[in-house]
Amino acid sequence: MSIDWQSFRLTIELAVVVSAILLIVGLPLASWLAFSRWRWKFFVEAIVALPIVLPPTVLGFYVLVALGSRSPLGQWWQSLTGHTLAFTFTGLVIGSVLYSLPFAVQPFTSSFSSVDRKLLAASATLGGSPLRTFFRVVIPLSVPGLVTGMVLAFAHTMGEFGVVLMIGGNIPGVTRTVSIDIYDQVQASNYAAANATALVLLVLCFAMLATVYGLNRRTSGVWTVGPVK
Amino acid sequence: MPSPAPPKADNQTLHARIAKSFPSREHQFSLDVEFSVAPGFTILFGPSGSGKTTLLDCIAGLATPDAGCIVVGEHVLCDITTRFSVPVAKRFVGYVLQDLALFPHLTVEQNVEYGLAHISRLERKQRAAAMLEEFRIAHLRQQRPQEISGGERQRVALARALVTDPSVLLLDEPLAALDAATKAKIINDLRRWNEAHRIPILYVTHSREEVIALGERVLVIERGHIIAQGAPHAVLSAPLQETVAQLAGFENIFDAKVWLVHEDRGTMTCRLPGEPSDSFVLLETPLIRAEQGSNIRVGIRAGDVLLAITEPVGLSARNVIAGRLVSLERRDMMIVVRVNCGVEIEVHLTLAARDSLGLVEGSEVWLVIKTYSCHLMQK
Repeated sequence: MSIDWQSFRLTIELAVVVSAILLIVGLPLASWLAFSRWRWKFFVEAIVALPIVLPPTVLGFYVLVALGSRSPLGQWWQSLTGHTLAFTFTGLVIGSVLYSLPFAVQPFTSSFSSVDRKLLAASATLGGSPLRTFFRVVIPLSVPGLVTGMVLAFAHTMGEFGVVLMIGGNIPGVTRTVSIDIYDQVQASNYAAANATALVLLVLCFAMLATVYGLNRRTSGVWTVGPVK
Repeated sequence: MPSPAPPKADNQTLHARIAKSFPSREHQFSLDVEFSVAPGFTILFGPSGSGKTTLLDCIAGLATPDAGCIVVGEHVLCDITTRFSVPVAKRFVGYVLQDLALFPHLTVEQNVEYGLAHISRLERKQRAAAMLEEFRIAHLRQQRPQEISGGERQRVALARALVTDPSVLLLDEPLAALDAATKAKIINDLRRWNEAHRIPILYVTHSREEVIALGERVLVIERGHIIAQGAPHAVLSAPLQETVAQLAGFENIFDAKVWLVHEDRGTMTCRLPGEPSDSFVLLETPLIRAEQGSNIRVGIRAGDVLLAITEPVGLSARNVIAGRLVSLERRDMMIVVRVNCGVEIEVHLTLAARDSLGLVEGSEVWLVIKTYSCHLMQK
């Protein structure tokens, strides 16, 4: 039974990088979505949610076009690095970030929104700047939502297929992820290998989700986690 | 790095003129007030929905008035005409919110230290420790808010606001949920703290006993307007307007006409029209500045009326009125008696009084009302 560990390593690498980027991008975006009173906010909410309903091929197609050598972004990147973004690991990261965005941002946003506004008011009257309020009050009280968002984004990136196929193709060690690998094995009627790989992925995703739900159950109710200054 | 608190001038009075309206929904509500709060306790007294919390939110900067300005001493916090507004975090207004809003993920000590981020760690620890000591919660410093009692939580909330050395303190019904004994202890601590600091404290409540216990001055607010202000005793026991009277618990409120004015005696006689229309009751009341024949209202507390079963003689009370007992009703450990003397007057008696007097419906009785138990209001 041969499992392509290289594709596993690549997939996990991709998921880690994408989750890290989503944490950095997702926190400000989610806090804006949770606290802004801009009347056109729903517009941004809809855009963020789009990848949930959009067929991955549609998203992948447009990202491919945007990264391609004929788009301004693609040309700029090419002038900078000498090669296109399409069919590279970086291109894959960009596509995956867009594709997994709602899975991180939505749990972030809903946990930020559920922080009692009175606590934010109290922090402000005690001299807390918006930034201090965010890091000392909002974030600590949103830990379960943050963990959920990160794990969902991680798992979702691990399992993506359509976007990867469209943007990355199937280059071993560069863009060949586990789900592509499984697809290839099935195409080659190599069911045993496909089964082994699929099983590992299944167990991994289940373990992650079980951990998240377990953690959330423990932290809801009485507060046990919290930064100590 | 936030700037240090503004130096306190000797006269650190809060002046506020606030107008804010809330259009929409079933009924439009608008707040329109102007008042000053000198150092010391000022009670903001009024029914729920009268705009008290909105008023505090405007002073703290959590809400923006439509018009007006807010000044503490010489510091302008907000002036709508020049579109100037100090952000909440820089106002140095201590605010204890109605449901306290303690940080659930921080310990008592961390809660109290929260507002001291701008000073050194050592000084922060010292000031927090002193404040925890002063409010008798030092033993709880490692506990979280959900692990301590309601009274202790109130103390933590007070300590957290006061440790920042605010230039104004806003308290939104901070003791509402406490029993009388705990309340009294916290009021004492608060009073002692204020003797040392003397800042304007605006204290929202709708409890009469808190007004009497704490107040140096009362502002009575109703439907967004300040309808009376002054010393608690004056505002609550001789109210000028009926709305205040209802708040202060007058069971008997009558329309009346000023019948005779006795300038020399400092009293006047008021005529209360009765039923049938030719009957009436004359009451001797304190003198107020009112024309003979003008319409006023008279308020009498049911507990201030004496009841006798024979005509009393040799009393100092000026009003002895004959009547017939209409109804007796037991309410908890008290008897509510209604007596018709031309007008119907409610009287509260003890169970023992009812039994020893042998009162039944239809009994002939006399009511005794002292001149100064008659409270007059403008109509």
